Amino acid sequence: MLAGMIVVGMADLKVAKTPGALTTLGLGSCVGVALYDAKVKVGGLAHFMLPDSKQIQNNSNIAKFADTAIEQLIKDMERLGATRFNMKAKIAGGAQMFAFNATNDNLRIGDRNVEATLRLLKQYNIPLLARETGENFGRTVELYADDGRFVIKAVGRGTKTV
Amino acid sequence: MGGFSADKIFNDSHLDVMKELGSMGTAHAATALAKLINRKVTMPVPNVSWVEFSNVADFMGGPDSTVVGILVSVTGQIQGMMMFLMPLPAARSLTKAFLGAMGAPLPMEREEGSIEFDEMEHSVIEEAGNIMISSYLSSMAGLTNINFKPSVPFVAIDMAQAILSVPAIEFGKMADRVLFLESQIQVQAEEGKENVDCSGCFILVPNLHSFYRILRALGVE
Repeated sequence: MLAGMIVVGMADLKVAKTPGALTTLGLGSCVGVALYDAKVKVGGLAHFMLPDSKQIQNNSNIAKFADTAIEQLIKDMERLGATRFNMKAKIAGGAQMFAFNATNDNLRIGDRNVEATLRLLKQYNIPLLARETGENFGRTVELYADDGRFVIKAVGRGTKTV
Repeated sequence: MGGFSADKIFNDSHLDVMKELGSMGTAHAATALAKLINRKVTMPVPNVSWVEFSNVADFMGGPDSTVVGILVSVTGQIQGMMMFLMPLPAARSLTKAFLGAMGAPLPMEREEGSIEFDEMEHSVIEEAGNIMISSYLSSMAGLTNINFKPSVPFVAIDMAQAILSVPAIEFGKMADRVLFLESQIQVQAEEGKENVDCSGCFILVPNLHSFYRILRALGVE
């Protein structure tokens, strides 16, 4: 982890300009979406918990939901000079941490978070370059604003850069 | 901020009642553990608090510290989740103490930080967690006269925040913070016995309606 790295918590989102970097620790069923504009070297990272703000009564924290978090992330990046047209996405998370019999929708929240993310990226016309999602383990991710590399770490599984 | 904010609805006396309940539950679980490993087990006063999503893993050593979590989902008249969490070294100690107390062969020594558990160790963790969680829940059921139906136990060994995201998401549907009923158990040092530190922590995450139901059952409005 880079000194001075900006930490994105659960239900949180942050943006950074080169040479900055962003990280979020221990994505479980939550999804981490990294957006990057290579032209201006601006990156953004969101760590959200639920797929849809419209299905939930208490939705004041916009970073908690895929739809509102991605919308805000794009806006915040645009404020730093990024353009939606140039943004590319890399995503991670959406695991099923416990081996429940996953027929219940409530229990396959990881999958639903990933599905919502893919749908939203398509809607915004943001190409998806890398996807490390699903399975049954947690992930820590880092996004470097100098070149947009996305580093994924998992316990006992080493490190992967995409 | 608008809409329904669960964190404003509970007052201190509600939280005190939950703390008392947690204390009884933990006492039962501690007794069950003491029998399993044949050691003295104590418990400090439990903690009940509203925790920000970003801080859910703080009490387990931070978001990316490796922990062992045993999760039981609860249905019946109460909907929610109950977890028992231990730092990795505590889970190793617990398996050793458990197998030792049964006179079974001890598991092999592993490197510090290894997340490898063989089938036997895995079952021991699952079973120990299950027994403690069931004791906790049956104590709550007795006090409230509410029926708690626990599922079979599920085990995960992973980053604390990743494991805690499961109950946090469940609560996140209703609130912007998580209500944690957190209680610890500690195995006491005893003369002539190897020091075992298999301290762990329970968290009970009921959904809000269930929470009210528990409070009502105890005569708190």
